[in-house]
Amino acid sequence: MEAFVKHTGLVYPLNRSNIDTDQIIPKQFLKRIERKGFGKFLFYNWRYDDDGNLREDFSLNYPEYDNASIMVAGENFGCGSSREHAPWAIQDYGFRVVIAPSFADIFYSNCFKNGILPVPLAEEEVQQIIEHAEKEQYHITVDLESQEVYAEDGWSASFEISEYHKNMLLNGWDEISVTLTYEDAITAFEQNKA
Amino acid sequence: MSQPKTIIEKIWDKHVVHQEEGKPDLLYIDLHLVHEVTSPQAFEGLRMAGRSVRRPELTFATMDHNVPTIHRNVIKDAISKKQMETLKENCEDFGVSLADIHHPDQGIVHVIGPELGLTQPGKTIVCGDSHTSTHGAFGALAFGIGTSEVEHVLSTQTLWQAPPKTLQVKVNGNLRTGVTAKDLILAIIAKFGVRFGTGYVMEYTGEAIRNLSMEERMTICNMSIEAGARAGLISPDEKTVDFVEGRRHAPEGEDFERAKEEWLALATDEGATYDSTVEINADEIEPQVSWGTNPSQCVPVSATVPDPEEVEEDADGVRRALEYMGLKPNQSIESIELQHVFIGSCTNSRVADLRKAASIIEGRKVHEGIRAMVVPGSFTVKKEAEEEGLDKIFTDAGFEWRSAGCSMCLGMNDDIVPPGEHCASTSNRNFEGRQGNGARTHLVSPEMAAAAAIEGHFVDVRKYDQLVKG
Repeated sequence: MEAFVKHTGLVYPLNRSNIDTDQIIPKQFLKRIERKGFGKFLFYNWRYDDDGNLREDFSLNYPEYDNASIMVAGENFGCGSSREHAPWAIQDYGFRVVIAPSFADIFYSNCFKNGILPVPLAEEEVQQIIEHAEKEQYHITVDLESQEVYAEDGWSASFEISEYHKNMLLNGWDEISVTLTYEDAITAFEQNKA
Repeated sequence: MSQPKTIIEKIWDKHVVHQEEGKPDLLYIDLHLVHEVTSPQAFEGLRMAGRSVRRPELTFATMDHNVPTIHRNVIKDAISKKQMETLKENCEDFGVSLADIHHPDQGIVHVIGPELGLTQPGKTIVCGDSHTSTHGAFGALAFGIGTSEVEHVLSTQTLWQAPPKTLQVKVNGNLRTGVTAKDLILAIIAKFGVRFGTGYVMEYTGEAIRNLSMEERMTICNMSIEAGARAGLISPDEKTVDFVEGRRHAPEGEDFERAKEEWLALATDEGATYDSTVEINADEIEPQVSWGTNPSQCVPVSATVPDPEEVEEDADGVRRALEYMGLKPNQSIESIELQHVFIGSCTNSRVADLRKAASIIEGRKVHEGIRAMVVPGSFTVKKEAEEEGLDKIFTDAGFEWRSAGCSMCLGMNDDIVPPGEHCASTSNRNFEGRQGNGARTHLVSPEMAAAAAIEGHFVDVRKYDQLVKG
């Protein structure tokens, strides 16, 4: 997995709460058996009209957000299904960070397996970023090591993350390889249980 | 005497393989359920890394999400077909048992787990599906996982998990006649919101919960994820034990007696404390109907659709939901015209659900202009229902009687609701586009769905019940 240490990028503000995984990647795209290529289906029903053309009135399609790599949204981001296709679509589209006041549990843990950093910030801080990014192009930096988000204008905020998740992203670990170093403990547990 | 514990802590403690400072616990998984949609990339990952499935005998697969519910041999969608074939190949290559589309055990993964006796109290159960919380009805710790975690469990039979916070959902009193488990869970989510369970494992307690059947408890636990909780469970009692006894994968004879004692001992100890508790009175709850695009956006059937100008929070969200749903502020729930009725899904597709719906339908006809279908949760449910003649009651009334699968709950197969049309659905999610692009979903109980099918719009099933009896 690609490591994540620090990232500076353009903000895409999506000021909605409870953005569910059905919106992030609708079910008709879950039939594929690959991990790649989901980016073009991100927010499909919001981004495209019935004929499959890009909607001019949906903000992700605005030219000023081309190349955005940090999504900032409302509370309970990623609620709903366990589909990892949601972070796959977000990552494949080009996002490395999602900032929101809160995340759904399964979505949150799925992000770490795919090199995406979910950043929980206070509602007020999220609104400050959104307001700024809706007015003009806004670049911010997300530093995992110091657990800080900041901008050139001096704005900054800090966020919480577990040591485990932090180390996983900083090192780009393959979690299964790490776990397999505990194989003796797993075997002992199984023998003890039997 | 040792410290009183909740069932959540008891199950957790029995499954910790490894514990160290600064890390989540390494938790052992007793049962891994697999389906066609969230597993192909996991098996592919194993193959690429040259890894195997550590405990194939603790792994069980079926096909449910995109299987056709009519003409089982004709899968028109080439990509769906490929996904099902891929699961078959993967199960063969890695030695995993599979109930494929023609197998007599096939069905929605959360229906067949309990049916086969794979689901048992005290187990840790995972599946690449958020409604895995269903199995919590048995006093199991069951939760949905992503595909990378599916791969992790296949390879190691474990997951790294931080010990969850515990949340008690205490349901006082009893449900009134005609008010169902579905109404109870919808009312809980309406009252406390779609994220009050985030970060928690919930335990449902109280008199009303103890009085629910196992099928009703599954309906409750199934929707824990709609409240944000990855898992929700209910302490086992005699009902739980009776349900499991005699099922194919249940322990037998002396083993069963021993297991029974262990299971009953899992129940939360008197005096155990939770990190948080919420309470609701069951006797105040009325039949519920969702009007919006998340499961907390629901009201009693006698109520009206909210007015965004008058709500206390998220006025924008309410406005957007009403626009999507094509509803007017203050419109009565009973005035919403329906075009579809769907009885099925891992929430409400068991024989007990179908019996209740059939009791309303019997001798009546589906209203003109309504397309109504029943999709049993499994082959076994279908067979049992047919033996009881339920299929005849439904088809005589004008319902379509289908084969088992997730079907119109998420519209991955051909069973979809067209744009702009309204569906009374016994499923669990009313998200935008869930049942089809532009589809307008209203979550209800099987009884309410049945009554709506007859009337063409929502009615309080309790009035209707009197009509039937009278």
